[in-house]
Amino acid sequence: MDSYDLAIIVTGALVAGSCGFIGSFLILRGMALLGDAISHSVLLGIVLAFLITGDTSIVPMFVGALIFGLLTAVMVQALNRGGVEGDAATGVTFTAFFALGVVLLTAFAGRVHLDLDHVLYGEIAYVPWDLLYLGDVAIGPKALWTMGIVFLIDLLVVGAFSKEFKICSFDPGMAASLGINVALFHYLMTALVSLTTVAAFESVGAILAVAMLIVPGATAYLLTDSLGRMLGLSVAVGSLSAAGGYLLATWLDSSISGAMAATAGALFLLAFLFSPTHGVISRALARRRVGHRGESMLQ
Amino acid sequence: MHGSEIAIEVHDLSVAYHKRPVIWGIDFELPSGHLVAVVGPNGAGKSTLLKGILGLVPPTSGWVKIHGQPYHKQRRLVGYVPQRESVDWDFPTNALDVVMMGRYGHLGLLRRPGKKERAIAWECLERVGMADFAHRQISQLSGGQQQRVFLARALAQDAQVYLMDEPLAGVDAATEAAILQLLSDLRREGKTVVVVHHDLQTVADYFDWVLLLNMRLVAIGPTQEVFTAENLQKTYGGRLTLLADAAHALSLSR
Repeated sequence: MDSYDLAIIVTGALVAGSCGFIGSFLILRGMALLGDAISHSVLLGIVLAFLITGDTSIVPMFVGALIFGLLTAVMVQALNRGGVEGDAATGVTFTAFFALGVVLLTAFAGRVHLDLDHVLYGEIAYVPWDLLYLGDVAIGPKALWTMGIVFLIDLLVVGAFSKEFKICSFDPGMAASLGINVALFHYLMTALVSLTTVAAFESVGAILAVAMLIVPGATAYLLTDSLGRMLGLSVAVGSLSAAGGYLLATWLDSSISGAMAATAGALFLLAFLFSPTHGVISRALARRRVGHRGESMLQ
Repeated sequence: MHGSEIAIEVHDLSVAYHKRPVIWGIDFELPSGHLVAVVGPNGAGKSTLLKGILGLVPPTSGWVKIHGQPYHKQRRLVGYVPQRESVDWDFPTNALDVVMMGRYGHLGLLRRPGKKERAIAWECLERVGMADFAHRQISQLSGGQQQRVFLARALAQDAQVYLMDEPLAGVDAATEAAILQLLSDLRREGKTVVVVHHDLQTVADYFDWVLLLNMRLVAIGPTQEVFTAENLQKTYGGRLTLLADAAHALSLSR
């Protein structure tokens, strides 16, 4: 394994880890598809950023994407409060933003080469060559640094407000009665989701980011009964998917992000079937044991 | 005491959802140290009254004082027990952890619960007879056990005024007796406990005050004076089956 392999695996693990970590909260709040919605609605942010600045460099586009990621969540929440069902509110918001982005792109930015594949949907295979320079010295892949910093921000913010995030997720009514600003923490969480998702798209592409927002958290949920352990496990499952997926992709000579996402899916299936507490098979066995005990008691 | 012997003062409180009033012009003073049953038909606004007092729903008019001060200054004096169905019991956490949440209001921002909070939470679990289930995942508890965990969490808040939304809904007989005993104990300690309650049969046995509500306040006062057939008629209107229940309850209590 050379430094090329290592750069991809570590970047993949950082993407999977940070997405899994933040995605766990989305799963607990029944908002798992918010990441998918954000992946579409950021298009409008990117196009607007380009139209306003006339610049195709990464910084304005990243900011534009980030703002519209956050706006998606705000809008979904507002529609929800106004009486629209949660998934309908999500669907309406991101399709509208995405469509408006397409209209603006084709109407005003058509002649400019705005390469969305490049700007928005990064490709993990190119990560090792896109280096970050400090002066003249290359200090490693750009995506690795971006995702590392994003993951650190996620850990610090969630770590600092762990009890607030926990009680706001579990019992918002109680949280509000204690004087905790539930809406503020909701938007703080949304900002983290937005930051993480956009950074992950930019580094490794949309499929992998959306998959890692949902699958590692959903897997960890099946393996433990504690929030802390769920967060830790989601990072572990994400990292394992990245490493396993890379080996799979090298073996099959296939898409790296596809293989990483598929590995995450396979790990989820294993947990779904064999988890000691929540697994389908272990629950069936437990039912049979109880049944036998019941029978022997009757005899 | 805490600035005033009046535990809860509510003045002209109205709350509306989508322009439809749910509670209207509620006005009362509740002296401290009583165990109060809030009774009224479905949709009478009982939960909304509690949420209005706690500032969880924006009022269209009126104000609330807890021991003489606005609620936001007295949060630490107030413990809230929401309806059991209002939370996701599949949340990955255990009973002890939920009880520890009762201490969050006493910890500042950025401070994590530690040994002291853990010890208090254990004590509170013991008080509701749930210490053996401290490390049990909350989805593996029965409805009655979940309700006891919620009560333990309220105890951990170490409040002077408790507001409880149907703590006896859907619990088994043993849990009901245990909870009612606990509520009486709280009153004996001088706390004020306001309980949304459905079972008219047990009102006279356990609650020394009653608040009758049907969008408007029908009556509030000592059970013996206020829990009358006439007031129940005003509260429940023409709902005959409920009236029959009420009459039965009255005959039992007299």
